[in-house]
Amino acid sequence: MVGIVGYGAYVPAFRIKASTIADQWGDDIVAIERGLLMKEKTVPGKDEDTITISVAAAKNAVKRAGIDPQKIGAVYIGSESHPYAVKPSGTVLVDALGIGPNVHVADFEFACKAGSEAMFVAYSHVKSGNMDYAMGIGSDTSQGAPGDALEYSASAGGAAFIFGKDNVIAEVLHTYSYTSDTADFWRREYQHYPRHGGRFTGEPAYFKHILGCGKTLLEKSKMKASDFAYAVFHMPNGKFPLKAGEILGFKKEQMEQGWLVNIMGNTYSGSSPTGLTAILDVIKPGEKVFMVSFGSGAGSDGFIFKATPRITQVQNKAPKTRDMLNGKKIYLDYGKYAAFRRKIKFLE
Amino acid sequence: MAISPRYTREIPHRYRLEAQQFECGAVTLPNRYICPDNCCKKSKKITLKGKGKILTYTIIYIASDQYTRATPFAVAVIETEEGARLTAQVVDCNFDDLKIGAKVELIFRKIMEEGASGIINYGYKAILV
Ligand SMILES: [Zn+2]
Repeated sequence: MVGIVGYGAYVPAFRIKASTIADQWGDDIVAIERGLLMKEKTVPGKDEDTITISVAAAKNAVKRAGIDPQKIGAVYIGSESHPYAVKPSGTVLVDALGIGPNVHVADFEFACKAGSEAMFVAYSHVKSGNMDYAMGIGSDTSQGAPGDALEYSASAGGAAFIFGKDNVIAEVLHTYSYTSDTADFWRREYQHYPRHGGRFTGEPAYFKHILGCGKTLLEKSKMKASDFAYAVFHMPNGKFPLKAGEILGFKKEQMEQGWLVNIMGNTYSGSSPTGLTAILDVIKPGEKVFMVSFGSGAGSDGFIFKATPRITQVQNKAPKTRDMLNGKKIYLDYGKYAAFRRKIKFLE
Repeated sequence: MAISPRYTREIPHRYRLEAQQFECGAVTLPNRYICPDNCCKKSKKITLKGKGKILTYTIIYIASDQYTRATPFAVAVIETEEGARLTAQVVDCNFDDLKIGAKVELIFRKIMEEGASGIINYGYKAILV
């Protein structure tokens, strides 16, 4: 059996409310909350970035797996906000966790899908017998331009998953990926903020790939929506994942636990992976999870997981995702938020 | 400023809290040649668990150049469960919640950036638990 042997998440303590952003730009908060279903989002501290978030999530994953970090044969971090343009995030992480130097490390990038991509490759290594354990991480500290609709959603957080053969807590039953060249969202080199195709980000991008991946995954697995206890989809806002899930036949009750976006925002590469951790926090042995990520550009990775009896032994070994989201919160006003995110220019 | 060789050399203690335990029992981080009581030189490597308490603290409002953007921030002298005493920033907190004796946990954070083009230094800071 190959699957997840340890998982962990991390979200920063800082928050900004959607109403604070709406006040700043004179937007209609009622329309925003109804349209995007967003109440607040996480903001990284001044000393947090994709590397520190990945380290925090990975430490939680190691705690749950209960393995010697030296046994991890590969570490992949997926992000669109790696702190360096040249110098890997993963090398810092392996030294911080005491993994390696006998380890294969790479940083992945695929807009919001980089995390599930890292999971996919880590899983494949173990399945092929290449190594005993491999870790895939999705984490981001994403930015939206001031006044852009993305400002309501772009947030910070991440999740890490260690795949292995022994002591599996969630078996991988099926995977499927669906990809095509789609110019819905991009950021050119040296540009601080991304650009997007407005309404083009919906039907031809998000829904085409999520549904394309989700439908084939259901066919391939010969399962139907009602076979799953939980489903989680990439969460660019509150509405899209609920609508995509509904089209695939899932009910709101199956999606609620992993639907973190209203209080977390869109953690990009960490979005559906963090949602998956919230599900693993409460799942019971034998229950199944349907997960489909989405990354602009564009593509979707789909996974079907089945919890094993061991899951109940690890759920309490590290902080739970919803506890972190509902725990310590420090709210920022727009001025502090702009300074935190370097949206204002400082004397260098 | 921590140039690349020093940055690399300090990874074991800054990233992984690898400390020394001297023959007399004294535990130190970062590493040193002789124990704090000047009684012995032999030591073995131990890894701190990252849990401790605040011995004393202050709030920095005016900092050296690399830290100007971080002000105001809290700095504490922390004693770990193993007995090592170290200085670290205490982050993600309201300053009103800082107290002598408060329990803290060491976490992995960005310490400073060497300008817009230099390396980024990572290491330990503390949060209240
Ligand atoms: Zn001594």
